Amino acid sequence: MATFLGINLFGLFGQLLVGLINGSFYALLSLGLAIIFGLLKIINFAQGAMYMLGAFAAWLALQYLGLNYWAALVVVPLAVGLVGVLMERFLIRPIANEDHLYSLLLTFGVALMLQGVFTHMYGSSGLSYSIPEALSGGTKLPFMYLPDYRAWIICASVVVCGLTWWMIEKTKLGAYLRAGTENPQLMQAFGINVPLIVTLTFGFGVGLAGLAGVMAAPIYSVSPDMGSNLLIVVFAIVVIGGMGSIGGAILTGLAMGVIEGLTKYFYPEASNTVIFLVMVIVLLLKPAGLFGKEA
Amino acid sequence: MMKINKLYVALLLLAIVAPFFLYPVFLAKLLCFALFACAFNLMLGYVGLLSFGHAAFLGTGGYVTGWLMMNSGLTPELAILLGTVAAGALGAIYGKLSVKREGIYFAMVTLALSQLVFFVYLQAPFTGGEDGMQGVSRGHLFGVIDLADNINMYYFVLAIFLFGFWLIHRTIHSPFGQVLKAIRENEPRATSLGYNVNDYKWVAFTLSAALAGLAGSTKTLVFQLASLTDVHWHMSGEVVLMTLVGGVGTILGPVVGAGVIVTMQNYLSGGELGNYVHIIMGFIFVLCVLAFRSGIVGEFQKMWKRNFG
Repeated sequence: MATFLGINLFGLFGQLLVGLINGSFYALLSLGLAIIFGLLKIINFAQGAMYMLGAFAAWLALQYLGLNYWAALVVVPLAVGLVGVLMERFLIRPIANEDHLYSLLLTFGVALMLQGVFTHMYGSSGLSYSIPEALSGGTKLPFMYLPDYRAWIICASVVVCGLTWWMIEKTKLGAYLRAGTENPQLMQAFGINVPLIVTLTFGFGVGLAGLAGVMAAPIYSVSPDMGSNLLIVVFAIVVIGGMGSIGGAILTGLAMGVIEGLTKYFYPEASNTVIFLVMVIVLLLKPAGLFGKEA
Repeated sequence: MMKINKLYVALLLLAIVAPFFLYPVFLAKLLCFALFACAFNLMLGYVGLLSFGHAAFLGTGGYVTGWLMMNSGLTPELAILLGTVAAGALGAIYGKLSVKREGIYFAMVTLALSQLVFFVYLQAPFTGGEDGMQGVSRGHLFGVIDLADNINMYYFVLAIFLFGFWLIHRTIHSPFGQVLKAIRENEPRATSLGYNVNDYKWVAFTLSAALAGLAGSTKTLVFQLASLTDVHWHMSGEVVLMTLVGGVGTILGPVVGAGVIVTMQNYLSGGELGNYVHIIMGFIFVLCVLAFRSGIVGEFQKMWKRNFG
């Protein structure tokens, strides 16, 4: 057994890996929330339900359409994104001028309904989705065994987050998006179709949750409440990072996953609560969040 | 004003005779949730802050009272008092942390903090974990009145509810309540008038938490059970729904909303539609937000004003 200063390195690296995996999902979900918040100024409470929807869609596609993991990885986020587009267009837009708390409550209602429907149809015990063949192996590293699928999740999440960051911060499309956040009226006056951008942005943010859902299906059990429990943690992460920057959402998500993993190794009793405790500390020291602007 | 007073008297009479026609435990449950919703509405309706974590206070009151009844030999009124104080203390701490943030952030902070409480109660040895505390005795009120009798229990709950309702009514119509409303309407202006806005929010939050704890403490005695359901985020969502259905920012709205939702749940859970409870609740949420934002009492008031005002 490899130990260093009394620390079991196998255990430590194992938990670090689990932490990085969780962090990958945190990053994807909080990134989606941050993008939606940036333009619409609302928090999508249904983001967790959309993640769950993504996982179920992957499972259903395999079961009934014979669509494999790789196809699902492309099709499902688009389908979930489409659900988001419809939701924005027909449910959120009519109340866009009301207090934003109402849209929060609306998306909460949608989340309850989706969760209820899937609980009713598939029970709450959870379904299993097998790891795609190409990624079922693993690599032996000096201190740990790294399953391919887990390595894939971390890489895919980092690439997707990085691309999204690049698109928003560095491209012309992203510039429109940021301008729309700053001053929608002026953008409209310049002839940009702002409502369309808003709808598509919402769809994109929700699609990210769908993608996370597909990626999660093989390693977590596909169950109706997989999203809601995760979402509350992601909310805490959003409070920790603040909604100031896209990059901040990604970094905080990954970092919190790692912190959670480390806690699981050193003091397992606190692993469920450590992120909330970090949130408390951040609220005490820097109420606007690590990357947030003082509001 | 006279009309309103007549309405209150009529409602009070109704509440006094109700246990002779309906099952007292159901009525007591209804009153507990009505008080819970009123406490929540103090924040949403009169300060304009949406707390998504009020289940933490309901549950804390419930667990503390339950533990005291099982382990300390205190009389029920003292156990309830201490449960309320515990919830208020937790509310004071959480309030300090959460009133720093506004709007959507406030909702997220309160939700996250209540999830923290959930995990603590899940793991803490004294709560009984997943099973909860079962078989909590109701005891004798002031050491004399046997609360095992459902009718006695009901009138005790009614007295507690009336006290809570009165306190909220007094708070809203006090100078303190006026400042709260000013903060809701225009916070920068309230600040510029020299009010320390965060302190006002904090006091309101603490009071709201204590009253939610009172509701939870009482509920534990009624059902002789304290469980994780009470601290789950579903419960926080339910109280939002009750208030929304009844009418945010109206004094009777939460009572009506609690009545509607609790009756609906009772009715559904017995029948074939039991599995659909969450779907139906979600649907009501969406419907209320899209078409019915003033709630039952709010819409009724509007109608009243149009026709008789």
